[in-house]
Amino acid sequence: MTRTTVAVERPTREGRAVAKSVTRAAKSAGVDRSAGRRRTSTIIVTGILVVVAIYFLVPVYWVIVAATKTSQDLFGTFGFWFSPHFVLWSNLHDVLTYDGGIFLRWLGNSAIYAGLGGIIATYLAAAGGYALAKYEFKGRNLVFGTILGGVLVPGTATALPLFLLFSQLHLANTYWSVLIPSIVSPFGLFLCRIYAQATVETSLMEAARLDGASELRIFHTLGLRIMAPALVTVFLFQLVGIWNNYFLPLVMLSDPNKFPVTLGLNNWLSQVDRLPEFYQLTTGGVLLSIIPLGIAMIVLQRFWRGGLTEGSVK
Amino acid sequence: MTRSGLFGEKGVTTSFAGFSNYAAALGDANFIASIGRMFLFGIVQVPVMLIFCTVLALLLESASAKWPGFFRAAYFLPYGVPGVIATILWSFLYVPGLSPLFDVAKVVGFTPDFLGSGSVLWSIANIVTWSYTGYNMLIIVAQLKSIPVEIYEAAKVDGASPLRVATSIQLPLIRPALLLTAVFSIIGTLQLFAEAQVLQKVAPAVDSQYTPNLSAYTTAFAYNDYNVAAAQAVLIALVAFALSVVFLKVTNRKQS
Repeated sequence: MTRTTVAVERPTREGRAVAKSVTRAAKSAGVDRSAGRRRTSTIIVTGILVVVAIYFLVPVYWVIVAATKTSQDLFGTFGFWFSPHFVLWSNLHDVLTYDGGIFLRWLGNSAIYAGLGGIIATYLAAAGGYALAKYEFKGRNLVFGTILGGVLVPGTATALPLFLLFSQLHLANTYWSVLIPSIVSPFGLFLCRIYAQATVETSLMEAARLDGASELRIFHTLGLRIMAPALVTVFLFQLVGIWNNYFLPLVMLSDPNKFPVTLGLNNWLSQVDRLPEFYQLTTGGVLLSIIPLGIAMIVLQRFWRGGLTEGSVK
Repeated sequence: MTRSGLFGEKGVTTSFAGFSNYAAALGDANFIASIGRMFLFGIVQVPVMLIFCTVLALLLESASAKWPGFFRAAYFLPYGVPGVIATILWSFLYVPGLSPLFDVAKVVGFTPDFLGSGSVLWSIANIVTWSYTGYNMLIIVAQLKSIPVEIYEAAKVDGASPLRVATSIQLPLIRPALLLTAVFSIIGTLQLFAEAQVLQKVAPAVDSQYTPNLSAYTTAFAYNDYNVAAAQAVLIALVAFALSVVFLKVTNRKQS
């Protein structure tokens, strides 16, 4: 406001300058109005976000409610609210003890496949990416090109040929048949190479060499440590990828004792037509199986964000 | 690659079958139809999901959003739910009698049919969108966070509206992330398997060759025709590869 009065008091200035100061005054007045507008936009934006959150959370909420009901109430009462008979604990008890506790075994199998597979895959991706980034050798680009091609080949496309191969090697229907394909991660190697190129200094490696360190030792003590942020991302990708994988174990395994939890729950679901009690087992099992990774997703969200930028900014 | 499995006294002998298995795969009308179905699916679902996750990322990163941390976590949560389990969950919500969605719809006075032959493809699209929107959104949020603050400040000085900032600054700068998510989504679409296989039990409209991968699985384990199934798997990979390359070529040309 003061600006306008100044301009009016000094008419000696050119008309343009007056016009300018008037618009400026209008703008500063607009700030007060935009504070109100900002509040409305906050309400609208938050409203939209809440509606979307309901969409993402409704199935999870439904399964929490469904797991507390008896088979009869599951069909007889409104699905989005609890029924008078709260039987969550006995349902979960049934899930954990059915068939000699096979559900826990499935969870354990998933943990073995995803945990062990993720760790080995990360180590191999780190070694490969580091070698491709830091060593000059013949055919380096060819190797990298082949691996890039591997990123674009879907995992399910290789599952059937792998099954044919493994059954000839008499490895089908063993833990190995799921673990071995899970320990390679072309995308992880790709990320590691980019990261190693950007962060591992050649001069540092030279200094270590002068100190008499072997190449393996340089990789293990220097390389792995410097690449740690990228390795966390690669590990998480692989962990979730293996945990969520369904096609590969479905093709490879026929013995329920070796099933991961995804396969096991589907096995239960396929029996609901004959035995309705499997509805209870399936909903309870689904609830229990989404808890560990659901928590992991929320806690580890920060790491996903940090690492993904590495990959997308090429 | 291809194997005709003759059992002699020296064990298994494998003879090269030429391209006859590929010809058999390509001659299977149901297999070709399943690839066509995935094209239809991808043309609708991939853009819808990418627009959805871009809008969410922009809203979350806008100054107007409250509790962005909570919403980000809520949207990302489904990515931790394996596809099979997500489908089991949604299939319960699609079945009349079990699903509360029907009770809710009745109040509005309409009866949905999630599992009919015309709608089940879009019910699958909903499951896929539910699973992967949050993950794609995080990739875009990561790219948005890498935009230097100075650019925003310059835009503010110029008096650009939030909408203007989104269309002329943020969208062009998140292009690499959008391309990355688009390619992954295209590859993922051709790989659809678990959703269709699980829904088969409740939806008769989903046949045993509904998606290319389901077709290959059926060929292998129901018809015991492993060689044709392997040929189908290779064809799926080739189509996915070709599509990604074409997509990247086209978008690169547009840029220059």
